[in-house]
Amino acid sequence: MAETVETQVNPVAARLTAWDAAAICGTETYRGELTVTVARENLQRVANYLHSDPELEFDFLSDLTATDHLPNEPRFAVVYHMLSIRHRHTLRLQTWASSSDPTVPSVTTIWPTANWHEREVFDLFGIRFEGHPELTRILLPADWEGHPLRKDYPTEGHR
Amino acid sequence: MVLNMGPQHPSTHGVLRVALELDGETLVSAKPDIGYLHTGIEKSCESKTYSQAITLTDRMDYLSPLSNNLCYCLATEKLLGLEVPKRAQYVRVLLAELTRIASHLVWLGTHAIDLGAMSVFLYCFREREEIMKIFEFVSGQRMMTSYFRTGGLALEPPAGWLDRVKAFVDAFPAHLKEYEDLLTENRIWRVRTVGVGVISPKDAIAWGVSGPTLRAAGVPYDVRKYFPYSSYDEFEFEVPTRTESDCYARYLVRLEEIRQSLSIVKQAMAKMPMEGPIKTDAPGIIPPQREKMKTEMEALIYHFKIFTEGFSPPAGQVHQRVESPRGEMCTYMVSDGSPKPFRVKFRAPSFVNLQALPLLCVGRLVADAVACIGTLDIVLGEIDR
Repeated sequence: MAETVETQVNPVAARLTAWDAAAICGTETYRGELTVTVARENLQRVANYLHSDPELEFDFLSDLTATDHLPNEPRFAVVYHMLSIRHRHTLRLQTWASSSDPTVPSVTTIWPTANWHEREVFDLFGIRFEGHPELTRILLPADWEGHPLRKDYPTEGHR
Repeated sequence: MVLNMGPQHPSTHGVLRVALELDGETLVSAKPDIGYLHTGIEKSCESKTYSQAITLTDRMDYLSPLSNNLCYCLATEKLLGLEVPKRAQYVRVLLAELTRIASHLVWLGTHAIDLGAMSVFLYCFREREEIMKIFEFVSGQRMMTSYFRTGGLALEPPAGWLDRVKAFVDAFPAHLKEYEDLLTENRIWRVRTVGVGVISPKDAIAWGVSGPTLRAAGVPYDVRKYFPYSSYDEFEFEVPTRTESDCYARYLVRLEEIRQSLSIVKQAMAKMPMEGPIKTDAPGIIPPQREKMKTEMEALIYHFKIFTEGFSPPAGQVHQRVESPRGEMCTYMVSDGSPKPFRVKFRAPSFVNLQALPLLCVGRLVADAVACIGTLDIVLGEIDR
């Protein structure tokens, strides 16, 4: 666990680690932003806590996206940006998926807005979200082959 | 009966397809189908340098390009740890608020013409034309300005530009009153918008809705107040909210936002530092002045490296929010230490707001679908990217 002086002070990180330190793989603060990394097995549990705990109350999921770190493993970082309307704190929650099993639990039951975001990540990266009500492509035509935002998908020319 | 609305349709405000399921004239379901304007902007950004990618950002929310420029530049500056000079920050705020007014004018004009008020459309575009002229005077471009750059502004604003802004600011309130006289107490307008497209504040937050739609539902979330950027905390302005959360409330909120933006523009003009650099001093990142480049060897080398290779921010990731006219716009940027962004994600407010369309119009009449799409103020460029 990467704990710096800053995470001792950040109330969000402190409350999370006080609740269940074992569920947190790491915390990092960079340019004033807190990033919490969890294993995907713990994702729904942690997300639920972030949403329902009255002192955290992360009710607003701003963004849900992914990054392809090919050729590194684990390959895909799935990143959630959220904020609390009442408490005004912000958080980046991050989890990882490997190229052999690019699946991550869906958070649509916690934040309904995640629906389209997860469809977009599925469309452009090929990451599957378990429990998503209707995981279909959203930007590209339904019969498109391939996932363009992957690093092994070319920017131009024919495949 | 399934009725297809779009992708070519005057009231979808772009290439949007909505699959409407009807029972008589009542909407049973409304499913948006997007992607017709997907051009792979995020993928393209990965093969351009940080500076080159600024021109791509204009094309997302093409009705408020300076907003996108600002969000992207602030993210790059955060990655680099750069401090933008005060004068550049004030110019950014002034132009961002003019952009908000221009964007809301397009919204009002197109929303009104969808519901039959054709004169309002022409009047709004007439006023917006004045703002386009100001943008052209300052940046050389009416719409796709790319005027903000890493560390400040692209060019020195030309002499006399504030006089032009003042002329606009002096003339505009009378025009705003014209629109209000035509619409606010208009019986037809009220019948088409009052009680139409209601969303509860709880639903709005759960569905990630932001901007005037969220504020008309009573939630006062405005990024300029919550997480001030570019010196917005030095300006006095209010964030209009209402509670009825219908199309009429959103109309009133946006009109009031135009008034608040005018006030911010006036404050920016009054407090604008008249001297000072428009770009931060960061050799190796910000290009040197041309005179220096032509006479000093070191400046020439920096110029060459910046324009051929580009600057390399340290590896890391940042997230920057701005309040665009449509809501919370974010740039998530990942750097791997190379001159090209490793990943850029643009959180488009219209993409998220459009997802909530069924909550606004299902159960109502098919004509209300038009009012609801208009009231969300969507731009397909940022939805599809």
